[in-house]
Amino acid sequence: MNKLLEVKDLQTHFIMKNEVVKAVDGVSFTIYEKETFGLVGESGSGKSQTCRSILGLVKKPGKVVGGEILYKKQDVVKMSKDQLRKIRGHEISIIFQEPMTSLNPVLKIRKQIFEAFDRTDMTKEEKRKKSIELLKLVGIPSPETRMEEYTHQFSGGMRQRAMIAIALASEPNLLIADEPTTALDVTIQDQIMQLLNQLKEELGMSILLITHDLAVVAQMCDRVAVMYAGMIVEMTDTFTLFSTPRHPYTNALIQSLPNQKGANERLEPIHGAPPNLADLPMGCPFHPRCNFAEELCRTSRPELTDLTPTHQVRCHFLNKTVGFKGTFTPDTKQGGCDGENS
Amino acid sequence: MNGLNYILKRILQIIPVVFIISILIFLMLRAIPGDPARLVLGEKATIESIDAMREKLGLNESYLVQYGKFVKGIVSLDLGTSLTYQRPVIELLRSRVKITLMLTLISTFFSLLISFPLGYYAGKYKDSMFDQIIKSGALAAVSMPSFWIGLLLMILFGVKLRWLPVGGWGDTFIDQIRSLILPGLTMSLLTSALLIRNIRNSVVDISNMDYVDFARSKGISERAVKNRHILRNALISTVTLLLMRMAYMLGGSVIIETVFSLPGIGKLMVDSIFGRDYAVVQALVMLFAMIILLINLLTDIIYSFLDPRVKF
Repeated sequence: MNKLLEVKDLQTHFIMKNEVVKAVDGVSFTIYEKETFGLVGESGSGKSQTCRSILGLVKKPGKVVGGEILYKKQDVVKMSKDQLRKIRGHEISIIFQEPMTSLNPVLKIRKQIFEAFDRTDMTKEEKRKKSIELLKLVGIPSPETRMEEYTHQFSGGMRQRAMIAIALASEPNLLIADEPTTALDVTIQDQIMQLLNQLKEELGMSILLITHDLAVVAQMCDRVAVMYAGMIVEMTDTFTLFSTPRHPYTNALIQSLPNQKGANERLEPIHGAPPNLADLPMGCPFHPRCNFAEELCRTSRPELTDLTPTHQVRCHFLNKTVGFKGTFTPDTKQGGCDGENS
Repeated sequence: MNGLNYILKRILQIIPVVFIISILIFLMLRAIPGDPARLVLGEKATIESIDAMREKLGLNESYLVQYGKFVKGIVSLDLGTSLTYQRPVIELLRSRVKITLMLTLISTFFSLLISFPLGYYAGKYKDSMFDQIIKSGALAAVSMPSFWIGLLLMILFGVKLRWLPVGGWGDTFIDQIRSLILPGLTMSLLTSALLIRNIRNSVVDISNMDYVDFARSKGISERAVKNRHILRNALISTVTLLLMRMAYMLGGSVIIETVFSLPGIGKLMVDSIFGRDYAVVQALVMLFAMIILLINLLTDIIYSFLDPRVKF
């Protein structure tokens, strides 16, 4: 498989007067053509900033201070504004978490789709045709009339569909989906996920899916990276992650899922809270919450090590984590977890 | 058609308001102590001549009859004759309103010219040196009395540099425009300061919205991001503010008109009140009320065009 996007040792920091928040601290991963790569983590683990970095959309005072983001072997970080604009929307598109605030309230949907064709020399009629096609593709009924409406006339799910249509307008090779269903209710969430899967197959693009929902990962992703405190702590294929997780954090996340234990048993939450990124603990950032932590974890930060060529874990005591049971076995990628959840 | 119905409805709503305002104006003016007839004729006037004057002014008739005449006058645009100027009020207003209207337009023009670029870049480069300077400048402009700024401008451009007239009203159109530049600039400073603050804060808020990032992610130019997304949304609150300021400016600024010796309606209003020039005061208050009503109507209509979320 060909590499589409290669992120190498990415560092995105927020430099404030008195402190530096290391939102992304040395993240590396690769996305291949036609695959769905998941980035999982709690709020504030740096997953959104990672995907914003890829398109140069990090808000001030945030800045990519180190590392490379190679898209088809070109470094996005070093690109001029003009080069970046050619990548944005044309090669890589993004959809955001909040469909309520991600579309301009004062412009008709039509205008917001047309914008994606700004740099092409399509005629108005061609743009119209293509827009209708796109809206049909994402399942918006009677697109001819709907595209003359404003966002406030759309429901949450419809807005998310419209956003996907806009993101797909210029046929990107990579679609970054930043928690695309978090703001939607569960039935709509499922529809959107299925839509994304279907579009991925039809258009042959790759998806970078950011989520905090392991069920979504199981349903969608080929490979997954788990992020904690701006770092990747475990990265492997979805099957391995769920069947034999090796990082205590991954394991704790899976144990807190409400499906593999008896209905009468209590779920096991991860105690403690995510660390303050401006003031990370010494050593492994997860050690204050880790059941297996020893002195070494308090003093030295573990490196991401290859367990197998396709399984990386950032932990000092991999011998201790062999016995992790994992959870259900996602039998097929499609809806494996979904079925178990319901 | 929906929009047209809305506008029509709003115009119809104005009619009862105008009616009530006319009653209020009529009654309030008569509640002010002092006899206008005596004022016109002076302290030494005889009782007989005062009586004759009262008769002439129609002050001896019942309030109902007086009010009837008042309304009839408004409708037929026959607003009576000014006591102090001895000219028909409508004629008096026509020349005065033109000056205030031109002053307002010039001042609005300056305000837009000053506030949009400064406000936008202050917001875009929030907390930068430029932003700090603009913020302090806006605060200073709001705090400084306009007559003071007016005098300073007058000294600089009128006396020292001799580029522009220090005051008065020109005869030719070019001269008139020239004599409006300094007062227009003076007047626009407060408006600009208010607009700058509003635009700056809107730009700061809107730049943080996801839809701006999403627009940027489509690969459109920064100019399109600025115009179509940031400024287009900032316009909503800014236009409302600007129209409110315009309503205020159309009421005429006594201070600026006095400092620059411009015969506008602000000055006319004050003179007429001191002179108990009933007919003029009535007409002016009525005019102000109409201006406010019309600007409000205009604001609502423009607002509904700018913000599609507002229902007709």
